[in-house]
Amino acid sequence: MAYKIVASQCTSCSACEAECPNVAIREKNGVFIINSKKCTECIGYFDVAQCVAVCPVDNTCIIDASYPRYQAGSAA
Amino acid sequence: MDDFRAFDVGAAEAFDDVVQAVAERQGCGADGGGGKARCGSGAGQKRLAPEIWEKVKTHPCYSEEAHHHYARMHVAVAPACNIQCNYCNRKYDCANESRPGVVSEKLNPEQAAQKVLAVASAIPQMTVLGVAGPGDPLANPAKTFKTFELVAKAAPDIKLCLSTNGLALPDYIDVIKTFNVDHVTITINMIDPEVGAQIYPWIFWKHKRVAGKEAAKILSERQLQGLEMLTERGVLCKVNSVMIPGVNDEHLVEVNKAVKSRGAFLHNIMPLISAPEHGTAYGRNGQRAPSAHELKALQDRCEGEMTMMRHCRQCRADAVGLLGEDRSGEFTIQKIMAMDVSYDIKQRRAYQNKLEQQRLANIAAKNIAAKHAELETLAGEATDVRILVAVATKGGGRINEHFGHAKEFQIYELGARGAKFVGHRRVDHYCQGGYGEEGSLDTIIGAINDCAAVFVAKIGHCPRDSLIAAGIEPVERYAFEFIEQSAILYFKDYLDRLKRGEVAPAARGDARIRQGAFVSA
Repeated sequence: MAYKIVASQCTSCSACEAECPNVAIREKNGVFIINSKKCTECIGYFDVAQCVAVCPVDNTCIIDASYPRYQAGSAA
Repeated sequence: MDDFRAFDVGAAEAFDDVVQAVAERQGCGADGGGGKARCGSGAGQKRLAPEIWEKVKTHPCYSEEAHHHYARMHVAVAPACNIQCNYCNRKYDCANESRPGVVSEKLNPEQAAQKVLAVASAIPQMTVLGVAGPGDPLANPAKTFKTFELVAKAAPDIKLCLSTNGLALPDYIDVIKTFNVDHVTITINMIDPEVGAQIYPWIFWKHKRVAGKEAAKILSERQLQGLEMLTERGVLCKVNSVMIPGVNDEHLVEVNKAVKSRGAFLHNIMPLISAPEHGTAYGRNGQRAPSAHELKALQDRCEGEMTMMRHCRQCRADAVGLLGEDRSGEFTIQKIMAMDVSYDIKQRRAYQNKLEQQRLANIAAKNIAAKHAELETLAGEATDVRILVAVATKGGGRINEHFGHAKEFQIYELGARGAKFVGHRRVDHYCQGGYGEEGSLDTIIGAINDCAAVFVAKIGHCPRDSLIAAGIEPVERYAFEFIEQSAILYFKDYLDRLKRGEVAPAARGDARIRQGAFVSA
């Protein structure tokens, strides 16, 4: 139920941090990470995941397959 | 914010007269020194208004002449960006690599303010703080304006400026005014969405990624709106444009008109940097950079419309020092946190006043010398001959650098109307890792290949022979003299030799523009 950031691709530009409606993104060890507990895939806020839309490197903010997809309606 | 007015009024007036006299004689083409910032061209803007000159005369980025005396620094507090440009790659980050948009370390506003104080204390001629990235300052408004707030509080004499792509600009006009930001630079590469679609893959706009012509249209509208709003409110605006051959090179003439009509006071057309190893979209798809001649021709075309800037060094977003030198390595976070900083505004002001007097005296002497040389030697010369010469200089308007030590050459165009500064060519090492190849004599000759001569303080035998073989005359006889005066004397002599058939008026070839932001080797 969350996006994740591919650390090797992250430029650490911080653009995603400011756009995340769930305040789920923070910097750790020079790159940014998404708190999977907080991430709602932007469902309930925006049509597209904000981290994906703003990230300067394609395929860096991706769905974390180890979690089931976020279900609309359970958003805070 | 202008704390630099305490120079001798008499000297300033004398200087005014000389500049005016020289400018009138030359049809207002004296862009080399003081004339550059004071005067545009006969056809367009007559010259900068006094209040604008007052603001920019100590700004190294706005005056070719000031940049030898005053230093600037950029603090890298703005990593995020809201658009994607085909000439930018945020990913590539080699320690030896350097170009606009790349920095060694990001700073938070507190660290940035500390760095500004440390640099200002160590380099009293540091007068300007810019936030230029590495992303877009207005995509990081909290960090950018917090930095300005902290600096304005601790060092109120430092001028603030920022450089933006303009997408968010209309939203921050009032904040920019509130923080008394002196100058804003907007990068405007197009006003036509068809062109823009080839430069910008996408923008991040109202929580969506917008691509293609639609994106370019929004961006262009926001840029021009922001420019209008700022100039209406009396904030100085410079426009940067990246010249991309085959994409926007012809179009930049239209851009020039559009930004002039909206009140931009200076237009800076810069060559694209697109080396394949940078990994930018343009670098990957083989988009070429313009040659030195293409760049100059475009700048010349736009000069009829407004003042053109020709001395941009395309600095990194964390550059520190005089243009043409980068001292950022002396001021890393680790080092500044260990520094004992004592910010003494009085001492800084005294130093700057002294510097300003020296600068004015130097300009006056230089202009008088140039004027005399012109009156004596070029009077009555009616010739269409124009040549370019390269000059090795450390500043002060003099030929005072050894050929082998020069990291760049200033380029002057000589003709019947005198000597005119038209640009510079860098020959410093692009990659500090250094494989010994670049910076070699071939690179230097390639960079000044369109010049008939190179003026130096001194030159060794070996490069001398190679230059002569390449058709470039090494000239030592004006060592430590003023550039413009010497150039005029040289040109007179050149014309005489031409008449006697001693030199052939061979068309010179083109020259290569070195790729990469400035970094000291």
